[in-house]
Amino acid sequence: MLDCAIIGGGPAGLTAGLYTTRGGLKNVSMFEMGVPGGQITKSSEIENYPGFFDSSKTGLDFMDAWQKQCFHFGLKHEMKKVVSVQKTGAFFTITLDGGETVEAKTAIVCTGAVPKRAGFKGEDEFYGRGVSTCATCDGFFYKDKPVTVLGGGDTALEEAFFLSNICSDVYVVHRRDTFRAAPPTIDRAMRKENIHLITDSVIEEAVGDAMGLSGVEIKNLKTDEITHMDNTGLFVFVGQDVKNDVLKDEAGNFICEMSDLGQVIVDLKMHTSVEGLFVAGDLRIDAPKQVVSAAGDGSIAALQVISYIQEQQ
Amino acid sequence: MAKYIDLTQENFDATIAEGVAMVDFWAPWCGPCRMIAPVIEELAEDFDGKAKICKVNTDEQQEIAVKYGIRSIPAILFFKDGEMVDQMIGAASKDAFADKINALL
Repeated sequence: MLDCAIIGGGPAGLTAGLYTTRGGLKNVSMFEMGVPGGQITKSSEIENYPGFFDSSKTGLDFMDAWQKQCFHFGLKHEMKKVVSVQKTGAFFTITLDGGETVEAKTAIVCTGAVPKRAGFKGEDEFYGRGVSTCATCDGFFYKDKPVTVLGGGDTALEEAFFLSNICSDVYVVHRRDTFRAAPPTIDRAMRKENIHLITDSVIEEAVGDAMGLSGVEIKNLKTDEITHMDNTGLFVFVGQDVKNDVLKDEAGNFICEMSDLGQVIVDLKMHTSVEGLFVAGDLRIDAPKQVVSAAGDGSIAALQVISYIQEQQ
Repeated sequence: MAKYIDLTQENFDATIAEGVAMVDFWAPWCGPCRMIAPVIEELAEDFDGKAKICKVNTDEQQEIAVKYGIRSIPAILFFKDGEMVDQMIGAASKDAFADKINALL
């Protein structure tokens, strides 16, 4: 029986693992299907995590240092995909891909989120064949070629800047005329000569053939005018969808209280409506979707797990 | 211990020509690629003697990446007797990859 099962290996899960094991729990496993790190490992930069300020480092570099520290106090890594987390009596049953089950006294679910699809025609058809959600992974395939970026938030403009150093031109399509990104990020993008901002516009359709994406149809929302652009790379950064599937029971109902957006309702101590079940990071309500906040959540949940186990004894 | 096969221009065609092969197209700067790296290593052991588990470093082997139209990584291509029969884009669980290989054996 595990003291604590941590589901997900991003900043929240790794921090929860560090705090639970350093706090004295002997039997803690973190379930993550590959090398831990989370969404930030797809990011080209991170300049808002205090204590780490190096523009030459990517999100992947940033998370490297976490591995050694978070596993130092005995956290175990199970390279398995979790299918479901259910409460059976006083304990939790963690079901893994393939049907194997593990029992745990407590569970911290921090499965995070995945990039949201924008929903335009051709997006799914050309996903992986021109449409991408990872500039650090795929920017390389568009060296000296023009690409389109869809979105107006921090991620969109940060990754547009990253792409502008690889690609010939970067066309940023955004449905409003103002950007939600942080002021320094907007300023940097606007000053870059080969970044072109196309505001009040959406992607109407991604077009292509058997070889993949060949162009995009951009619609101006004010004039309804549609412009075609020959362009073989389209990077979509329009937010995230939380990964909450593991919290569904066999009938498809959530085991804990959820918000209308599918996020888990927690209090300030990361308690869910189910005793012994905690949620941390992007999966919780009102998550600011920042590494530093996810890590903070993970520490809170872990400290609560330790208290909970002590109370039960 | 069985290890995955690093594919280059020189050994690609000969390696995939016979039997079942899974080829992971990756690059050192790609987070999701690094995430699945230990999964690929485990699959190489699990399928030792049954299927060839291979990797292509797209940074060094750009010609192969272009030949197979790779535009997103990790891209995992499945071959049977030299012919590409299936593919997956992005990180996935070990079981998801194993299921694809088993379906071809």
